[in-house]
Amino acid sequence: MNGYADTIVRVDLTTGKVSKEPTPDKLKMDFIGGRGFGAYYLFSEVPAKTEPLSPANKVIISTGPLSGLMIPGAGKMDWTTKSPLTGGYASSSLGGMMTAELKYAGIDSLIIEGKSEKPVYLFIENDKIEIRDAAQFWGKGCFEVEQEMKHLFGEEFQIAVIGPGGENGVLFGSVNHDYGRQAGRGGIGTVLGYKKLKAIAVHGTNEIKVADLEAYRKAGMDLFKACKDAEGLKPWQSYGTTIVTSWCDEVGALPTRNYTSGSFEGGKTLYGPVMRDQIVITDKGCFGCPSPCGKYSHMKKYNTRVEGPEYETIGMLGSNLGISNIEDVAEANRLCDDLGIDTISTGSVIGWAIECYEKGILTKEQTDGMELKFGDPEMVLTMIKKIAKREGLGDLLSQGVKKAAKKIGKGSEKFAIHVKGMEQSAYATHAATAMLLAYMTCDVGAHHNRAWAITYDLQVGRAKVTPEKVEKVIWFQNFRPMFDVFGSCRLQWVELSIDRDLYCPALEAITGVHRDWKELEKVGERIWNLTRLYWLREVEGFDRNWDMPPERFYTEPPTSGATKGQITKLADVNILLDMYYDQRGWTHEGAPTPETLSRLGISEFAL
Amino acid sequence: MRLYADSTKCSGCRACLVACSLNLFQENNPKKAALNLIPHFPDPGVFEMKVCTQCGECAEACPTGAIHQDERGVYYVAFDECTLCETCVPACPEGVMFVRTELANTAWKCNLCSDCVKVCGTDVLRIAE
Repeated sequence: MNGYADTIVRVDLTTGKVSKEPTPDKLKMDFIGGRGFGAYYLFSEVPAKTEPLSPANKVIISTGPLSGLMIPGAGKMDWTTKSPLTGGYASSSLGGMMTAELKYAGIDSLIIEGKSEKPVYLFIENDKIEIRDAAQFWGKGCFEVEQEMKHLFGEEFQIAVIGPGGENGVLFGSVNHDYGRQAGRGGIGTVLGYKKLKAIAVHGTNEIKVADLEAYRKAGMDLFKACKDAEGLKPWQSYGTTIVTSWCDEVGALPTRNYTSGSFEGGKTLYGPVMRDQIVITDKGCFGCPSPCGKYSHMKKYNTRVEGPEYETIGMLGSNLGISNIEDVAEANRLCDDLGIDTISTGSVIGWAIECYEKGILTKEQTDGMELKFGDPEMVLTMIKKIAKREGLGDLLSQGVKKAAKKIGKGSEKFAIHVKGMEQSAYATHAATAMLLAYMTCDVGAHHNRAWAITYDLQVGRAKVTPEKVEKVIWFQNFRPMFDVFGSCRLQWVELSIDRDLYCPALEAITGVHRDWKELEKVGERIWNLTRLYWLREVEGFDRNWDMPPERFYTEPPTSGATKGQITKLADVNILLDMYYDQRGWTHEGAPTPETLSRLGISEFAL
Repeated sequence: MRLYADSTKCSGCRACLVACSLNLFQENNPKKAALNLIPHFPDPGVFEMKVCTQCGECAEACPTGAIHQDERGVYYVAFDECTLCETCVPACPEGVMFVRTELANTAWKCNLCSDCVKVCGTDVLRIAE
């Protein structure tokens, strides 16, 4: 099948062996690529109940059939592993240039196995694949290492690197690339740090063959034209994801002071236009992107630069910590990126710690003498460094909000804002039932991108609990991740509203296989069910309790802001979940039935 | 007629490069494009885009006369006439005359096909007199 590099590369860090095998045709048909490949290899090859930080865990890095081609946003790469943060499935999408470069180097997926004795990095230049000593890079920040490697190897090399956070075992260590892109969530960087793999440097100069060159060029041009003609293009180019900051604040979805509110009195100075005006210097796009959401910023106050902050980071390191100065948020973002820790989990865990301190659950003895309060950027910057070094209170926080709350106890679990151990990203869900359900059932924990249902909540009535809402969440979950499978970005469809049917002729011209969205959504559903089976296999006693939201969202209505006094009832949470399970063809404990697995052609994976 | 680039609008996405390689070589391979994208990161954090101005210095320098002008006055390389002597490369004031023998058995340059303009989402590129 065309559109693939047709090679899977395995790197065993224990033995130092590098091997290649052809990309299986059945895999291309059943799972297509990207996140689909990751889920398949994780389930099939990492033995059940493997300790995430052990040599048996793997990191599966995958391109997709659209990656690197003349398709809008063809710059997405999937990173899958067993998460040290949640103990379950982790998949994080990396933008930038890495996916195109890996594919032009002739590789569909790179599977990292074993554990090295000493720090190493992986050097890939087309057929040349070497495990090299990384002593000179270990311990250094992501930006410095990327810069040094570009100087050593050349600007055309693309670099993915972990920071001190991943090296030191912070459970939400990230992978960084292109001075500002991350595979941020679930601790992929932590697993690489455990394996002592500091970085991957790639250079590829091969061509990528497609099935029908002229049909592909036409379909690609049609997609670009649709993007360029889209009404939403200009505003999105100006603000990227920060276009939603003001909207979230207005509707009460902006996480504020550890999700005690959804509106922030200091929010206005964090809005997209303020950020654009005050700090943005360059728009920065991933491979092939006509609508770059990356905003490269210069913070005069610190004389530093960062790509970002994106909306999620503004929510979690800004309003969620009571910080209203965009330069402070951007600097916190830069520190997290350089140290290689996820901005979303970092913001959440610091917010939790501040609330603990305010409630007297954490004392000055436990905070190394620091006063923890909302609205203190200096404290936040200090705490980020402590987390990355696992120093003092930072050691507790480095384990994520679920484990930290379990250790501290005293009722702090009630305001630990996570699902399945993953800190919730930046949408307050006191009164947004579809978004709440999306977080509850998301396959990696409380992450937004599988089903971004918050605008739908507002359209149809935010408190409604209806089968239609559940159906919409499921449709999103089956459909949206398909872009992660293709190795391209979903935001041209989401934000520019281009016709999704334009992708089908492109995919057909590239691969030579005709597929419509009905069939593609079935692939999405297959992957969703496989990752559910993974949770059931890996977590002893996994049941519906694992799909429950943070208590705050059904017990504590905000006392201020747009959602003041509004809350979802516990009974409604359970109704939503039951409807979800019924529509998915799962039991009321969240397990796919044999009939569902059979319908999706994945009975072979039944537990 | 020539290509113009406004680097201040460039987001470094490289859509132009893959579109270019498709037109010049009928291949997906951004390393075989006739535009030169130079990222300056992390400092100062800007992209620089170099394009062919159709100045003709390359044709002037070419000892075998392999660089011709078409009916629009656009300079192009006749691939089968190129001897890979590389004289054209230093002659180009913009750094957009390419020879990479590991990638192609010919020098290459912009033939003003306009596909890069069609895929550029941020209006960096345009064709004018």
